[in-house]
Amino acid sequence: MLKKDLSFQKLHSVNRRMFIIVAAKVVIFTGIISRLFSLQINESKKYLTLSDKNRIREWKLPPTRGEFYDYFGNIVAGNQRIYQLHLVPEQVEDFKNLMVRIKNILNIENKEFKKILRKKEQIKPWETLIIAENLSWNDFTKINNYLHELSGVKPVLSISRYYPYREKLTHIVGYVNQVNKNDIEKNKNLKNKFVPGLKVGKTGLEKTFENELIGTNGIQRYEVNAYGKRINQLEYQKGNQGKNIILTIDTEIQSLCNELLNGVAGSISIMDIFSGEIIAMHSSPSFDPNLFLFGISKDNWQMIINDPMKPLINKTISGNYSPGSTIKPIVALSALENGIINQNFTIKCEGKTEMYGQTYHCWKKEGHGYMNLRNAMKQSCDTYFYEIARKLGVDKLSVTAKKFGLGRKVFDNLFSNEKEGLVPNTVWKKNALGKGWLLGETMITGIGQGYIQTTPIQLCLMTAQIANGGYKIYPKLILKDDNESKFKDKFKSLSKNQNNIRIIQDAMFSSTNEVMGTSYRSRIDDIKYQFAGKTGTAQVKKITEKDRELDLKTSQIPYEERDHALYVAYGPYSSPQYAMSIIIEHGGSGSTTAAPIAQKLFKLLVDRHPLREKLKKKTLLEL
Amino acid sequence: MIQSSKFGNKKTIIQKLKELDYILLTSLILLGFVSLISMYATDGGEILFHTRSHFFKLMVFFPMMIILSLFNIKFWHSVGYLFYFVVLVLLILVSLIGVEASGSQRWINLYFINLQPSELMKIAIILCLAKYYHRLKINDVNNFTTILTSSIIIIIPIILVLNQPDLGTSILIGLSGLVVLWLSGLKIKYFLYSFSIFLISLPFVISFLKPYQKLRILTFLNPERDPLGSGYQIIQSKIAVGSGGMSGKGFLKGTQSYLEFLPEKHTDFIFTLYAEQFGFVGSLLLLALYAIIIYRIVVAGIISRSHFARLFCFSFSFAIFLYVVINMSMVLGLLPIVGSPLPIMSYGGSSLLATLVGFSIVLSARINNQQIIS
Repeated sequence: MLKKDLSFQKLHSVNRRMFIIVAAKVVIFTGIISRLFSLQINESKKYLTLSDKNRIREWKLPPTRGEFYDYFGNIVAGNQRIYQLHLVPEQVEDFKNLMVRIKNILNIENKEFKKILRKKEQIKPWETLIIAENLSWNDFTKINNYLHELSGVKPVLSISRYYPYREKLTHIVGYVNQVNKNDIEKNKNLKNKFVPGLKVGKTGLEKTFENELIGTNGIQRYEVNAYGKRINQLEYQKGNQGKNIILTIDTEIQSLCNELLNGVAGSISIMDIFSGEIIAMHSSPSFDPNLFLFGISKDNWQMIINDPMKPLINKTISGNYSPGSTIKPIVALSALENGIINQNFTIKCEGKTEMYGQTYHCWKKEGHGYMNLRNAMKQSCDTYFYEIARKLGVDKLSVTAKKFGLGRKVFDNLFSNEKEGLVPNTVWKKNALGKGWLLGETMITGIGQGYIQTTPIQLCLMTAQIANGGYKIYPKLILKDDNESKFKDKFKSLSKNQNNIRIIQDAMFSSTNEVMGTSYRSRIDDIKYQFAGKTGTAQVKKITEKDRELDLKTSQIPYEERDHALYVAYGPYSSPQYAMSIIIEHGGSGSTTAAPIAQKLFKLLVDRHPLREKLKKKTLLEL
Repeated sequence: MIQSSKFGNKKTIIQKLKELDYILLTSLILLGFVSLISMYATDGGEILFHTRSHFFKLMVFFPMMIILSLFNIKFWHSVGYLFYFVVLVLLILVSLIGVEASGSQRWINLYFINLQPSELMKIAIILCLAKYYHRLKINDVNNFTTILTSSIIIIIPIILVLNQPDLGTSILIGLSGLVVLWLSGLKIKYFLYSFSIFLISLPFVISFLKPYQKLRILTFLNPERDPLGSGYQIIQSKIAVGSGGMSGKGFLKGTQSYLEFLPEKHTDFIFTLYAEQFGFVGSLLLLALYAIIIYRIVVAGIISRSHFARLFCFSFSFAIFLYVVINMSMVLGLLPIVGSPLPIMSYGGSSLLATLVGFSIVLSARINNQQIIS
């Protein structure tokens, strides 16, 4: 009985203790459930976000750049498909072996090969390594044939810039190349769009319009695992292509400019005298921008920077030249405008004139004899212009010159490398050099020598504004220029008297189309093509008395000391439409080197004019 | 009385099979199925090594459990000490010739299986102590010799397991042993005494902890302390559970698991993978399944006539409860990461084997509930 009692006691004890445990179990289970509730119900949103943050990673794709077109819709800077070879190091079993294999198939040079290996060390193992940026179709097919042996290697179709006109528009359009730290610091927009291999404009309009051209990145959203490896693509957001830009350039004429300046250093600018549209603008020599796309080779780069004719400089806007006699129309106009002379003002040229003991020579040693304004322009008589410049004074001359576009940037902020040139006056000299103005300096300014400096595009604008009857225009390279409304003084008359402009135009006509005119030999008799112009010959070096006695031919003088040959012109004379300026560095005299070029250009310009007009009407109708 | 006990002794196999606890059995099979599909998900929706291996283990150990449950409860009573000593010898062998993996020596290579004796000890200690207290009179429970004997029985394996080192399992062994003492009627004051001694000695214990164990405790207190290092596991596991939401991301759609953010997803963290895919609802169902299982073990204890069977069932039900609670609290960030598997769900042969042996004893106790053990 006792034993039974004890066992009952034992049973009772164990059951009571079990009851306590069961109660504890219920409490603890409830605790677990409430924890689950708080995680999975209350905070589920927070954890879902964290989970997405874990697994989703975005990759930016390079944006597609806007394209450049010429006036007629030809692609000037476009996007082409290129063949590339990519590789993700972590997906490759034996990297070294594979690379040697690829090297043999593609005949990669040792130097290039080491560069690729170095690049591999710089990237993460799951990032893409670009083995070849631009494969030829031949190499691409070769790789595809061997692809089964090259596991991990991906032949890729990509997009790259190309410039179909090669060197012909380089100085206008510029070129693109790999973005660097400097670019990103200067342009914050690039920071957001940065992807490895992004190309940005380095010079020219490619640089100026970077933000419009660049476009927006495409975005690829990938699911990644804990090690950052891409597992699958979730979403692909296409980027927008950058804005396309239509230039006012006519590539046919631009090409002719290239041809005409082949082998010489110089510049040609052609502009529509009413709209200010630049028809052609070329600086010679140029270089092929395509060379820069995938990194220029050392040899090519050396060739470009060591060229004495300086292909990297855009002479049209960055070249400061003495205008020489091409300034004479402005000097004459200024004298007329200021009432210093009238068109009948006559002097006798004796080949030289003296002033305070200094001798000022006319280019014609034996003198021109009696000269009125028209004849002086026609024959470019220096003595005549010494005289009217002396009477006019440099300050009045500078006012007229500036009015017609000299001494200031033609394209405003369009190009970072445009020069202002220099139109001197007495105040300028006092401030810049701290010296008083000398009368002799006024005289040589009258024939475009001395301090005065102009860029070829300024001379072109000056000529255009004389040709259109003396109205202000704003030259432009971009067809649809949004800023046009800001030019309120467009077509404002620059002269006090229309007749003065007429006199100058007539004088320029005589210079090209009448016997004794300096560019008479380059004239076109056909009235359809007939043009008016003014030659110029700018001294590079002061001519000494000894030089005058020697009277050497251009070919006998060393290249760097030869005169620059200039020519400004407009036409067709019966109904003027285009103005141009031509400069051949060290080309000798304007009449023998520069003026003949104008003859060829006006032929093509006039012939192509109807095409341009037709297109203009069409776009106007569309608007 | 004697008649019936003799009669019970001679039940035929068919009778025994008929008297199996089918509710418990069904729940266990369901749990086995859930663990299989979870393993399938850890392999990323393919039948790979873990799924296949877990499947084979279930296919071997489940029938084994049923066969073992046909043994009379007297058999389990008779081997109680032997079982404990065999496992103890195995534990000593582990410390001598054990296989080392990730910094601890827990396994013995038996060629067909890498056995982890510490897992078996979780059952052996209950079996051993249940037998010990079965014989004891209620008055002797609080004797000094009794307390000393049972303390030695508990402390020896704990030291051996701590030495491996394996903090999680040694805690579970200790708690499994203590619950038998508790149920046997050891006075509450002794628990309070030893608990206060434990608290006082805690600073000394901590100074003996391995650096990685200290780090785990620090990490538990503040997982964001080192989110990419030691806190990584717990942060990722909370993200997985929390992002599951109400109904889960769907089967095989747990991004945290298939993108490999989850650590140890086959073993200790299997619940996070399950909770991510099946959400709060699925988690509750799983908890319910465990609750049913624990309840059925308790029932088997209540209807048992022998003190041994009752003591074993009650203790075992608490042990299973402990495994579940400690594992879940750990992955839910309520306890430090100590490394303890979720019974049946987690991958691992020894744990599965030990758990199923425990269940076969429970099943046997139920079949033989009228059996008196002298």
